[in-house]
Amino acid sequence: MLVFLLNRLWQSAILLVIVSIIGFTVLNMIPGGPLAQYALDPGMTQADLDRLAEQMGLNRPLPVQYLDWLLRMLQGDWGTSFRDGVPVLQVIQRHLFATLLLMGSSTAIAIAIGTWIGIRGATHRYSIFDYSATIGAMVALSIPTFWFGLVGIYVFSLRLGWVPAGNMYTIGNESVLNYLHHLILPSIVLSLVNVAVWSRYMRSATLDVINQDFVKTARAKGLTERRVLMKHVVGNALLPMITLAGMQLPSILGGALVTETVFTWPGMGRLFLDSLGYSDYPVVMGLLMFSAILTVLGNLIADIVVATVDPRIRVG
Amino acid sequence: MLDSSTQPIEVTGKAALSVRGLTVSLPKGMERAHAVQGISFDLLSGQILCIIGESGSGKSVTAHAVMGLLPQSIRVSEGSIRLGDTDILTAGSEKMRSLRGQSVSMIFQDPLSALNPLMTVGAQINEAMMAHGVGTPESRRIRTLELLAEVGLPDPPLMYRQYPFRLSGGQRQRVMIAMALAMEASILIADEPTTALDVTTQAQILKLIRDIQRRKGMSVMFITHDFGVVAEIADSVVVMEKGRIVEQGSADQVLRNPSHPYTQRLIAAVPHLTSEDRVPPENAGAGGAPLLRVENLVKTYRSGSKLFRSERVVKAVDGVSFDLSPGRTLGVVGESGSGKSSLGRLLVKLMESDSGKILFEGQDIAGLKEDDFRALRPKIQMIFQDPFASLNPRSTIGHSLTVGPVAHGVPYAKARADAQELLTHVGLDAGAFGRYPHEFSGGQRQRVGIARALMFRPRLLVADEAVSALDVSIQAQILQLLDQVQRETGVAMIFITHDLRVASQICDEIAVMQRGKIVECGPPSQIFLNPQSAYTRELVAAIPGEQPGA
Repeated sequence: MLVFLLNRLWQSAILLVIVSIIGFTVLNMIPGGPLAQYALDPGMTQADLDRLAEQMGLNRPLPVQYLDWLLRMLQGDWGTSFRDGVPVLQVIQRHLFATLLLMGSSTAIAIAIGTWIGIRGATHRYSIFDYSATIGAMVALSIPTFWFGLVGIYVFSLRLGWVPAGNMYTIGNESVLNYLHHLILPSIVLSLVNVAVWSRYMRSATLDVINQDFVKTARAKGLTERRVLMKHVVGNALLPMITLAGMQLPSILGGALVTETVFTWPGMGRLFLDSLGYSDYPVVMGLLMFSAILTVLGNLIADIVVATVDPRIRVG
Repeated sequence: MLDSSTQPIEVTGKAALSVRGLTVSLPKGMERAHAVQGISFDLLSGQILCIIGESGSGKSVTAHAVMGLLPQSIRVSEGSIRLGDTDILTAGSEKMRSLRGQSVSMIFQDPLSALNPLMTVGAQINEAMMAHGVGTPESRRIRTLELLAEVGLPDPPLMYRQYPFRLSGGQRQRVMIAMALAMEASILIADEPTTALDVTTQAQILKLIRDIQRRKGMSVMFITHDFGVVAEIADSVVVMEKGRIVEQGSADQVLRNPSHPYTQRLIAAVPHLTSEDRVPPENAGAGGAPLLRVENLVKTYRSGSKLFRSERVVKAVDGVSFDLSPGRTLGVVGESGSGKSSLGRLLVKLMESDSGKILFEGQDIAGLKEDDFRALRPKIQMIFQDPFASLNPRSTIGHSLTVGPVAHGVPYAKARADAQELLTHVGLDAGAFGRYPHEFSGGQRQRVGIARALMFRPRLLVADEAVSALDVSIQAQILQLLDQVQRETGVAMIFITHDLRVASQICDEIAVMQRGKIVECGPPSQIFLNPQSAYTRELVAAIPGEQPGA
């Protein structure tokens, strides 16, 4: 186990460096850059722009900029936002809670409902329920999330007035209930796609297991149908789902670009979009590294969990 | 054979299980309307009843009907199954559940997949008692340990905590039997319980089932396709063909005087040990230079880590040497774990050897790099064990056959013509070219596998358990085909099998392997009539329904 962990750690480190080099290079290839907004100001002279560039360290060669960034990042200094002069880590921290709240609840909804639909679809294969679930999943997957978001806002906020159309809370009222009220619509819209994905995977994982001999053995022992399903079928069907859940981690903390924008949710997704618009390189790089680290971490955790749960797998 | 089998079944004992006029319907669009049709038989108390037939004869469906475990798409449409005073077919699902495991228990063909991989062996046996609300966790634990000892597993407390993947096939089947005994069920249904095991393990499991049956006075319904097994264990026999019973009676009667042609065919298909050596094909190059000479071949598997001193070293192939002339067949026989499959993989270089030489047509291929060896690959071909897994289900037969030659530069039109000719040659019609593997039976797929190997006009064929997954009657046909192919093409063959009977049918010479070493090598007559090593004698003795040399 120790050897496995050490191996994975140095592999991950190399991976992260590669990701950061690609990210840094691509970012600097985008036309415009942080100075573009000042260049349009008629009061700015070329000398002013050069001075700004020097202040921001943008006049140095790209590799030097990158190494400088890398060394600082390793020491925990992820840079300072060009936009509001706040350290990047602090900016991320400020938006993390909103994203965690939204993505956490929608993922929880998606996993709970998706697992149930998947198992039921597999045990009642080709039933009306199974067909409806299949069609429903196809619809949810083929229509973009923002459309569901806009229709949801139109129907439930504007027409029926049941839920607010956006934001995380009403200014001046920060009660838990108020947060939850704002949370309902975006988390449901966001979970639609995830329910669809998760239920399809769960259905096929269950079908893989349900016809195996050990399920027949379990029935032959005289176990109740409920125990056969819960202990023998679901236990084995969930194994491949652990890996899938691990890959959800970066999106749980990384936020949803589109949905957060539609619902003006102050999360990581919107932060990324805004920072890109302002060419706020330190923040964009910070977010990029943040989600890269989470992806690596999510997969690592999934592997460790699988190895713990499945006696056949011994990492080493 | 048991002594009681000489008595006609009509006069002895009362029926523990009686099936009358049972008809099970298949869903529309299957190859026939009924899985089984109007079958009637009795399982007498304290006896072993063998139900024998080929794949698709309806024997497994019958067993599952008795357990109430038929898949939802298959329904019993007529008849009755009486278990004591209960009619299983009209009993409610809760009643059926309490009968399962308690009155009737079942063991399955493949002990690898029949155990839940995520639960310990002990927990799974324990669960069989828990299902019926018996005892406390502690009393169940003690009983489980007793059961593990009863089925002959070593160190029950250790075994209790093991996960199934750590156990050998024979050990897993013992666990299944322990589970079936947990509730002291009076009827045991065994669905081909030894088909997936090698011959010596099969003999041990058969003996265990027979011992337990006698000791506990159980009634056993034993399903098999092998008359050798029937001869070993049965009191009475039911022969099934395409969903109907064609013959039934005492084992002695059916074995000695089979009245139905189908029964006669099945009995004739059982491969027997021949003490007569095979007449070598005319084109066999006796005396000339060997096609293949293997010298001191070694392959060692290492697992674990040297650093942490947990390294395990297994010598899979340990100094193996032999010669093989063109047109001759060498059988490599041994139990699972003897290294015979590893040897096969080394010869076709699916795996690199650690040391030793493989001289193919005088050239040492053992040390060749993959790039240099690729040109030789067409000359050495392999036939695999599982005809279901070895063909890509998404490719047509034609594609599977032609893709190799085309990759080696043969024009497609020529490859196509060759493939069609070969398909006819191996006994399929040329129309098979455009069809998919699932449209064929196991025997037909193995014919495809042979055609695929022959596409390259190889000089050497390595057949790894090529007939082990097939019914006995189909085995005979495939062996005949291989023999015919060899006589026509003069190809040399390495025939790897765990079944000495099969090896004796087709091999000129047999090498017996144990723990990576060849312990004995010689013509079949010597191996069977005058075995030199104790291990060979053990293998010969394990063959079901056979006295050597008889």
